[in-house]
Amino acid sequence: MRIEDKLYLIGYNIDEEESHLGVSDPEECKKCLGRPCTHICPAGVYSYDDEEGKLSINYDACVECGTCRIVCSYITWRYPRGGFGVQYKFG
Amino acid sequence: MRKNDFDVIIVGAGPAGLAAGYVLAKEGISVAIIERGIFPGSKNVMGGIFYRSSLDDLIPDFYKEAPIERHIVEQKIWLLSGDSMFSTGIKSEKYNAEPYNCFSIFRAKFDKWFAKKVADASAMIINETVVKDLILDGDRVIGVKTDRPNGDLYCDVVIAADGVNSFLTKSLGLRKKITTNNVALALKEIIELPDKVINDRFGVSGSSEGVTIEITGPYFDKMRAIGFVYTNRNSLSLGLGVVTEDMVKLKINPNDLLEEFKSHPAIKPLINGGETKEYMAHLIPEGGYYSMPKLYSNGFMVVGDAAMLVNSIHREGANLAIESGKFAARTYIEARKIGDFSQKTLSSYQKKLEESFVLRDLKTYKNLPKLLEEKQYLISKYPKFIIDAMYEMYNVDKVSKSEKIKLIMNRAKKELGYFNILKDVFSVWRDFR
Ligand SMILES: Cc1cc2nc3c(=O)[nH]c(=O)nc-3n(C[C@H](O)[C@H](O)[C@H](O)COP(=O)(O)OP(=O)(O)OC[C@H]3O[C@@H](n4cnc5c(N)ncnc54)[C@H](O)[C@@H]3O)c2cc1C
Ligand code: SF4
Ligand code: SF4
Repeated sequence: MRIEDKLYLIGYNIDEEESHLGVSDPEECKKCLGRPCTHICPAGVYSYDDEEGKLSINYDACVECGTCRIVCSYITWRYPRGGFGVQYKFG
Repeated sequence: MRKNDFDVIIVGAGPAGLAAGYVLAKEGISVAIIERGIFPGSKNVMGGIFYRSSLDDLIPDFYKEAPIERHIVEQKIWLLSGDSMFSTGIKSEKYNAEPYNCFSIFRAKFDKWFAKKVADASAMIINETVVKDLILDGDRVIGVKTDRPNGDLYCDVVIAADGVNSFLTKSLGLRKKITTNNVALALKEIIELPDKVINDRFGVSGSSEGVTIEITGPYFDKMRAIGFVYTNRNSLSLGLGVVTEDMVKLKINPNDLLEEFKSHPAIKPLINGGETKEYMAHLIPEGGYYSMPKLYSNGFMVVGDAAMLVNSIHREGANLAIESGKFAARTYIEARKIGDFSQKTLSSYQKKLEESFVLRDLKTYKNLPKLLEEKQYLISKYPKFIIDAMYEMYNVDKVSKSEKIKLIMNRAKKELGYFNILKDVFSVWRDFR
């Protein structure tokens, strides 16, 4: 099963106003070896656009595991605002 | 003088925070539990095996009313290679008799139920609220800042039950930055199947009887990983946890790994025809004893995953969370009697944990994470040897059994080396003695 199809199964209360994820220094992403964030995230939140030379962050899909922030110290990570974010039916 | 809003504020409504809240509320202490989800459990994940005894102390016979799936009658361990599986385990009628040893559960349902009991005991549960920071007076914790307007709340003691990502413990400097070596990234799916199909496939006679399978071996070559399959009433919980460092090093995409795992010839028949209902991911603090933060400070205690209290070998976490929550609550009750919430008084929380099975068990396994870091092959090479040897013994090809044994011994000598085996046995013995 593709990750995109799995993400459809998860309930989210998406915060349309603000992202809880970011990068403190986008220049570092250009130099970054292997860009671990792009393969380690279990929700496929990070992808790198080589043409634009830019990391894009699809914060809506985040399941708030915290892995990316442990893997890369340039990632600025917060919890979504109270009540927003992932909402499991089973857990 | 500033007035306290509550005697105790607990951050996080997982099993650790709820247990602490329950003990305090029952003593008539005013307590608030602050939870960022829309309800307790809405953001929580666990493989799903919940051991009875720790919660039973608080709510006797809770399992008769709590939302549980099945009680577990058989626990299996599988050693997996690419094309084979060696199985061992224990099934017992004693596990099939009340009050039961453990159950499969869903956190979103279970935590919600537990929270209701805690609220009925008159703790205040404040949902949809993130605690952003601690409020300090000098080096003493006196409250929390939340993301609500005018959301500062004051108290005697804050109990951090905020799970593996605990920012509060870090902000006080009680713990260092978590490294990729100390946490496993765990993924899980709920796969729906009719209960009768599950009963047949797992060899149980009723829909309340459950089976667990823990999976390791050479299939997870170069990874410190554990897979699992647990039976629920109408579904299976299937997943894996891999030490994050190994996932980064091997450039693994977690979902690809999970999909491959699901297609293994030993796993596939279990889930055949099933439909995935939910996908989730969470970190497990697997660093063990040496990765624990300092557990208390002035006006502050740390419980559960925030304190890294997980025994990953025995997949015990929720029960340790509950146990630590109880100890923290009792420590507060003692401190209140003498009106002193300094770390000197709260240090008895640590003592209680040390004297209980919680830290005794973590101490027993204290060297395990390091051992596996240095000798990952212990979970691939030896299981591979066992699988190959078993295959050989059961494969009838006109070679006599005595010759087969000789061949196997020769392979042991060549592939593992007698001296290496001795060394490994010795290091394992030394670490667990
Ligand atoms: C895949 C997986 C399988 C597991 N399998 C088992 C198993 O089979 N058996 C077992 O016993 N254990 C298992 N565990 C471990 C077990 O889940 C944990 O040890 C246990 O849940 C810890 O409880 P806790 O209350 O400390 O933390 P959590 O359950 O993580 O609860 C923390 C709570 O705090 C809230 N929170 C966090 N920060 C804030 C904040 N700043 N403000 C407000 N709220 C906040 C969170 O939303 C959450 O509700 C497993 C874990 C995983 C991930
Ligand atoms: S966020 Fe971190 S890991 Fe990802 S590309 Fe940027 S520097 Fe690399
Ligand atoms: S917290 Fe987890 S799910 Fe969210 S972006 Fe980071 S790695 Fe992905």
